[in-house]
Amino acid sequence: AAMEVPLSHGLASRAAALATGYLCYRRGSPGRGLALRSLRRARREDIDDVGHKYYLELELEDVLDKDNTVNCTAEVLYHLGNKNTAPNVQFTLEGELKNTDEADNIFYNRIKSLEKELVAENIPDSHGNVPPEMEPIRLLAWVASGYVIWQNSTENTKFQLAQIKYVKQVKRSDEYLEFDYMILLHDMVSQEIIPWQMTVLWHPQHGVQVTQDSRQPKHA
Amino acid sequence: TSTMKLILIFSALFGASLCLETFVGHQILRIKTRNEEEVKQLQLLESLEHLELDFWINPSTAAVPVDLRIPANNVQAVKAFLESHGIEYSILIEDLQVVLDKEKEDMAYNQQMERSSNSFNYGTYHTLDSIYTELDHLASEYSNLVSKLQIGQSYEKRPLYVLKFSTGGSNRPAIWLDAGIHSREWVTQASAIWIAKKIASDYGNDPSITSLLNKMDIFLLTVSNPDGYVFTHTTNRMWRKTRSRNPGSVCVGVDPNRNWDAGFGGPGASSNPCSDSYRGPSANSEVEVRSVVNFIKNHGNIRAFLTLHSYSQLLMYPYGYKCTPPADYAELDALGRAAASSLRSLYGTAFTVGSICTTIYQASGGSIDWSYDNGIKYSFAFELRDTGRYGFVLPASQIIPTAEETWLGLKKIMEHVRDNPY
Repeated sequence: AAMEVPLSHGLASRAAALATGYLCYRRGSPGRGLALRSLRRARREDIDDVGHKYYLELELEDVLDKDNTVNCTAEVLYHLGNKNTAPNVQFTLEGELKNTDEADNIFYNRIKSLEKELVAENIPDSHGNVPPEMEPIRLLAWVASGYVIWQNSTENTKFQLAQIKYVKQVKRSDEYLEFDYMILLHDMVSQEIIPWQMTVLWHPQHGVQVTQDSRQPKHA
Repeated sequence: TSTMKLILIFSALFGASLCLETFVGHQILRIKTRNEEEVKQLQLLESLEHLELDFWINPSTAAVPVDLRIPANNVQAVKAFLESHGIEYSILIEDLQVVLDKEKEDMAYNQQMERSSNSFNYGTYHTLDSIYTELDHLASEYSNLVSKLQIGQSYEKRPLYVLKFSTGGSNRPAIWLDAGIHSREWVTQASAIWIAKKIASDYGNDPSITSLLNKMDIFLLTVSNPDGYVFTHTTNRMWRKTRSRNPGSVCVGVDPNRNWDAGFGGPGASSNPCSDSYRGPSANSEVEVRSVVNFIKNHGNIRAFLTLHSYSQLLMYPYGYKCTPPADYAELDALGRAAASSLRSLYGTAFTVGSICTTIYQASGGSIDWSYDNGIKYSFAFELRDTGRYGFVLPASQIIPTAEETWLGLKKIMEHVRDNPY
């Protein structure tokens, strides 16, 4: 049976962060990033020989338009023992997300028409600045990091994207945009900053894909 | 003129004799390797010591660009090597000395501007030197209320400065507030200096603060970990720990908030020097921690211990090292909720209230556990904005709103301490 978890409890906030990351990956784009506004309810169930399952009620907000919120229910299952299996996440959004076709297409065409491949670093910079033209690049990383976070989360981690150290566009002959990112993930539980490389593919009609990713060694 | 020439020759000789290092003509190249073969070529280059190459980013994998400083006389040779192997590079900096000179000029100009106009910009992030200069400003502008004390020095011998807010008396009951124990949490040092100004200017104007300072003192440590803070400016923005050397390890630093004598060695801290939550070889091994412990013990009349961290928007009370509630749980929880409510009243920023252990994680060796177990009942830790959108790199535009709302929360706690002597 599922038991109520106090909203202030660390375990509930970790499951909520994971669910949000997964959701953002599935529904995000360079024109839409989703973040957790608040956790409304959390219940937890220990399933013998399977794992721990969380039932969550979340309120999410559009990162570019804070007043735009949407409610969501999610189920997160952390598998017992096997560290190589990503947690299971299922969600239902209550209501519509804002349509970002126009912003996505503008960004898509802008990048497609660049003569030299886009290269950038330190987004945001030390002072938290993000140049406006880099915002979609940043959101794309935010969305893609949701995949990495989902794949690598356990009940003992709480990951957030801390910073983009470096991004380089890789020109393709097909219709996709490809970016090679080096990001820093912050794990709130261990407090470690973990460099992570990810190759991200995107097309307005085909969503965001992480085709390759690898954890990098930490500098001493 | 010949006099000019003589001056130039003498300065060059003088400079050479003092072994002043210049970077005239040094170039910084960014090398984009495309495959493992090219990475190997760079590692070969790295091994040629006579070239005196300084890799800012070392060649390791093809995905990561390599940044390299080359002394002026070797620039052409290195470029020829790269070109002959078809390795792509771009020139990040044509002449490093020019960049350094400009940077020095800019900083000197900014310092001049701050000195002459006497206006410290609270809405931006500052270097350690700039914060320390402002501490002196405040102590001099509000000399009847504010004085600056040195309670010790950091591992790298930087002073640890505390501002004392006092209207007199002798060893009055006092409130301790610190910020920046984890150096990457920049909004905390920035908020602390704003709060210092706020307290100083509110005395005599705000009835609550006036009555508080008529009875109690406030001690404010704006930068608890100056070595780490400097490191976040010069080298690694994400640095958290102190900068102490760990014998037998290449890894530097101890997590100063796992180093206090409270459940030290227990779960929730690492024994690995390379970890960001390394507890250190023993409790109070870090001089930054020891200095505060000694100050508080010697003072003997501290009634509240408040510490600022970021990020997550949490307001927490003990314990971290164990998950059982403190004896004063009911009062601390109620006070925490009242403080969070005051904080929220300004901009709607929501803070979660609870003990460290249940709210984030079990963590041993933390400061508020130590203060609580040493008789300081009102021990709270704040995690300021935001909840992860920017995390540690919170935009400067949020400094003042964060400081303003945090101050309301702190004030609520301080008023309760004032009104509930124990």
